[in-house]
Amino acid sequence: MSDAPTIEMRGISKSFPAVKALRGVSFTCSRGEVHALCGENGAGKSTLIKILSGVYRPDGGDVLIDGQEQHFKHPQEALLAGISVIYQEFSLLPERTVAQNLFLGREPMKNGLIDNKAMVAETQRVLGLFGVRHRIEPETLVADLDVASQQMVEIAKAISLNAKVIVMDEPTAALNEAECEVLFSLVDQLRASGTAIVYITHRMREVTRLANRVTVIKDGEVTASFDHVPAPDVIVRAMVGRDISEYYPEPATPSEIGPVVLSVSGGANAALSDINLELRSGEIVGFAGLQGAGRTPLAMALFGAAPFTSGSMTLDGKAVHLTSPRDAIRAGIGMLPGDRKAQALFLMQSVRDNGMLTARSFANPFGGHKANRFTDLTGMNALLDQMKVRAPSYEQEMRFLSGGNQQKAIVARWLALRPKILIFIEPTRGIDVDAKASIYHLMRDLARAGTAVMMVSSDLPEILGASDRIVVMREGRIAGEFSRSATEAELMLAATGETGVAA
Amino acid sequence: MSAQSLPQATSPTRRLPRINPVYVLVVALILAIIVMNPAFGEPTGYMNFLKRVTALAILSAGALYVIVSGGFDLSVGSIMTLTVIGSSMLASNDPNSTYWIIPLMLGIGAVIGLINGLVVSYLKVPSLIATLGMMITLNGVAFMWSGGAPRGYLPDTFRFFGRYNITDVPIISLLPIAVICLVVFGAILWWGMHRTNFGRMLHAVGDNQQAARLAGVPVERVRISAFVVSALTAVLAGVILGGRAGVSVDIGSGFELQAITAAVIGGAQLLGGRGSVPATIAGALALEAIFTLLNLLGLAQPVRLVVQGLILIGAVAFATYQRKRAGR
Amino acid sequence: MTDMPLPAKNPRRFRFERHASTILLLASVALYIALIIIMGQTRFLTLENLVAILSRSITLGITAIGQTFAILVASIDLSVASVISASAVVTSVVMNGNPAMMMPAVLAVLALGAVVGLLNGLVITKLEVNPLIATLGMSLIIQGVLSYYYNNFAGNVPVEFQIFAYGTLGIVPFSLIFMFVLAGCAWFVLRFSRFGSDVYSVGGNKDAARLAGIKTDRVVIRAHVICSLCAAIAGIYLASRLRSGAPWIGAEGVYDLESIAVVVIGGTVLAGGRGGIWGTMAGVIIFSLIDSIFNVAGVDAFVKQVLRGIIIVAAVAFYAARSKRPVA
Repeated sequence: MSDAPTIEMRGISKSFPAVKALRGVSFTCSRGEVHALCGENGAGKSTLIKILSGVYRPDGGDVLIDGQEQHFKHPQEALLAGISVIYQEFSLLPERTVAQNLFLGREPMKNGLIDNKAMVAETQRVLGLFGVRHRIEPETLVADLDVASQQMVEIAKAISLNAKVIVMDEPTAALNEAECEVLFSLVDQLRASGTAIVYITHRMREVTRLANRVTVIKDGEVTASFDHVPAPDVIVRAMVGRDISEYYPEPATPSEIGPVVLSVSGGANAALSDINLELRSGEIVGFAGLQGAGRTPLAMALFGAAPFTSGSMTLDGKAVHLTSPRDAIRAGIGMLPGDRKAQALFLMQSVRDNGMLTARSFANPFGGHKANRFTDLTGMNALLDQMKVRAPSYEQEMRFLSGGNQQKAIVARWLALRPKILIFIEPTRGIDVDAKASIYHLMRDLARAGTAVMMVSSDLPEILGASDRIVVMREGRIAGEFSRSATEAELMLAATGETGVAA
Repeated sequence: MSAQSLPQATSPTRRLPRINPVYVLVVALILAIIVMNPAFGEPTGYMNFLKRVTALAILSAGALYVIVSGGFDLSVGSIMTLTVIGSSMLASNDPNSTYWIIPLMLGIGAVIGLINGLVVSYLKVPSLIATLGMMITLNGVAFMWSGGAPRGYLPDTFRFFGRYNITDVPIISLLPIAVICLVVFGAILWWGMHRTNFGRMLHAVGDNQQAARLAGVPVERVRISAFVVSALTAVLAGVILGGRAGVSVDIGSGFELQAITAAVIGGAQLLGGRGSVPATIAGALALEAIFTLLNLLGLAQPVRLVVQGLILIGAVAFATYQRKRAGR
Repeated sequence: MTDMPLPAKNPRRFRFERHASTILLLASVALYIALIIIMGQTRFLTLENLVAILSRSITLGITAIGQTFAILVASIDLSVASVISASAVVTSVVMNGNPAMMMPAVLAVLALGAVVGLLNGLVITKLEVNPLIATLGMSLIIQGVLSYYYNNFAGNVPVEFQIFAYGTLGIVPFSLIFMFVLAGCAWFVLRFSRFGSDVYSVGGNKDAARLAGIKTDRVVIRAHVICSLCAAIAGIYLASRLRSGAPWIGAEGVYDLESIAVVVIGGTVLAGGRGGIWGTMAGVIIFSLIDSIFNVAGVDAFVKQVLRGIIIVAAVAFYAARSKRPVA
């Protein structure tokens, strides 16, 4: 055995058109250790991993595996070199079976044909390692599994490769407490058997429980590296780059919180059941929960995109029935989707056109630039200025802007209509740290101006820092309500269903 | 406050070249034609060229509405055929019939566009397949109507738009009515695409349909309207083409792909989100100029198909390459 | 309390799409039989007639087998009609009545198909041109080149080669057996080979397939080669049946649109990754039955064309309306 670390990345740099994603990042991981890689969303963790696994090629720097320099051109080469990655976004094929997914691209062959029998047997063995053999069958279609089981299959897929290095990119996002424990003991086993494990997370509990070493990335650079596991607040400070207190704006004072704007009682549809909820003007309500807990479906139901099929909803005391986003917008509800690129941005259109779109959609279609106040160029320019959208020109195509500025331009789109309720889904995903603070302040300013703000987020510190009130969801229901003084642990408990506390 | 001053800066750091290469291409091609055939430089030469290109130019500008909204309309050629055949069957040599036939044909066109749009937006049939099906259907209807062979003639009142020239105009000496039509309809289509809220919504729907829905754009209505505009311009193009070339059973065939090619030469983004009416009209001029050059070079008609195919693939590949270089 | 949670498996939903092609097939069989009984034409209810119905769509069937591969990898091929024309013409011109040239002709046509498929695949994967446009462009190019050299039936197929279309084993034509053998091979490849598995993976989620180490470009290119090869074989069959090839026979049969339609009716989704060969064969038989129903009912040829267009769009709509994905 050589002394070289199993993986060594030296001075890695990578740029994308709008951002410099990584600057001179170095990272190592050796046999039998768990190296935690921490950082906020958008800090560059995923980019680093995609370079390690051959998805991207670095602009500069070297990747060494067992001391040998490697230049991966295709993910297959990284796989052959023994690197296996559990990606954050699912890489499963819903229309194929569990076994077929597990052996994707490396099916066992017999006489030149796929050996289905061996595939099923091996799948059963691997699933057995998790103790989930009784709940996931090899020949079930992945589409028929729930989110947690899909995550298990994803993990099983990486482990069945018997790789030298396993990278886990936030593997617990969809798992409950018990499932997390199974995963943790599995990580222990793998470490004991000599696998090198890179574990990406921003949950301090997991770092403390699992890691041998910790590296923190912020804005594409390594800000701290420890050969031991330091106290959580040390890591957090390195991740955020300043004290949390100045990061989030002051919460609302009781006098700022106004009357109920929206209330739902007994709301339900295919993804939700028994939703009772009130949103007040001037208040920011954070919605926490595991992946698949029903937070986004709830937002979509309020916004009319996937309406409630039963229950009632009132807006300013009047019963409403919203069956399309247009209905909701007319009633005064706006939404900023979580997947901005797929659901909010018009990358080929100008910043100004992006901002004006919703106002235009409700104006006279054959009117021109002056059909209403915010299809007027000067009105929109003023609004974009007010949002502090940084762009060389508002004629610039949207795709050239950074994530934070794109998000602000979309906020402008909604402000043009002065909504009573504004729903933010994952408002800071993929946004750099400085821009994050300004998004939080923006949300607070909106609330102070009387808007009811609903914020769906998977980032617990963000939920605790930016909300006035916190709603935790689980399995399509509201599992608990908390004040902003709750702790992460309390929220996690409610989200995973160990106890349902109402505060 | 420093951020406030930033947007005022008017020097864009990264912007695509301001002048669309299609205009350079048109000028170059026309110069080439004049060099090979000096008669083209005379008013009769270039006015006849414009007259010849009018039907395609109007058609392409209309088809661009569908392209910008993210679809294809392959039924336009068959709508042109149906317009010509239908008009000739209905007219029965009565010069006064034109006044009701053209509105009737526009009405039929609007219904066809409406059906295309409804099938694409509500039944979610890919537009290429829906409009290809419409093409087969309409060609069948045109055959049925004419009984398989063209009969009847178009009255002179009908042919006025495609054939008639105003003579003795100062400087340019003659001005075809078709060219006036091109300017008028071109301007209307330009206004609709580039100066209205509807036009911006078209771009948005083509750029990102899901985001458009979530931003409150009435996506279905916008898409259907695009198909209606496209079908209406196909009727207009049919009237002009029938006026110029007379009645034949396959008069419109092939125009659907020429219209798409013209839009692509004009820099339109296939599958939506970007496109310009003036550049598309220039694209139609360029395509017709290429055909003229091929004629002057003595190359047979089928070569046009090969050239169109190469342009389609080449232009899209080039656009992809540019986008990748700009980083997306 | 901290035990593993109970299995939270979703109940297995009945998925209508997975059985739709069977339901449609049974429905059209029932319709056909009902029509025959109502019209009192029971002479059509014989084994010979069944074989005749099945043999009606062999060109379409062979083409559709290839198209299934293209659509499964989330691509599409609009050049099949031109390839059919080209390979029919090449077959009859190279053979030119000489039995000794049978083998060279077939090899030449297969080479032609392979080259076209390779070019399609390369343009789609390496130049990243949208498959609709890439294959549409390719179709224009082939059609242009073909029409440049031939404008009528050219060459002729020797009697020995007409056996492919007209020879029978008992009452079953060789060509029908050939089609089902080809379908069987395709099924086997898709079900049991690594390539088949890759086809589904690439069509289901290209990024996931790439991350799992599959060379996705290669899979797409191979699928296109198979698709064009099948179209070429269909052209050989058509030449054998018509005893000669002409440059319009592919377009006349609307094999591009019809092959896509039967694949979709067979339950293969246009977005790729789901479906299979036997569904496609069911789709082909449904189309043959519809044709027979028209014949039994004595529908006029033009009306038939109109109805076909409508049926194709309706059939695609039947599946597409369920999908939540936006369509172009």
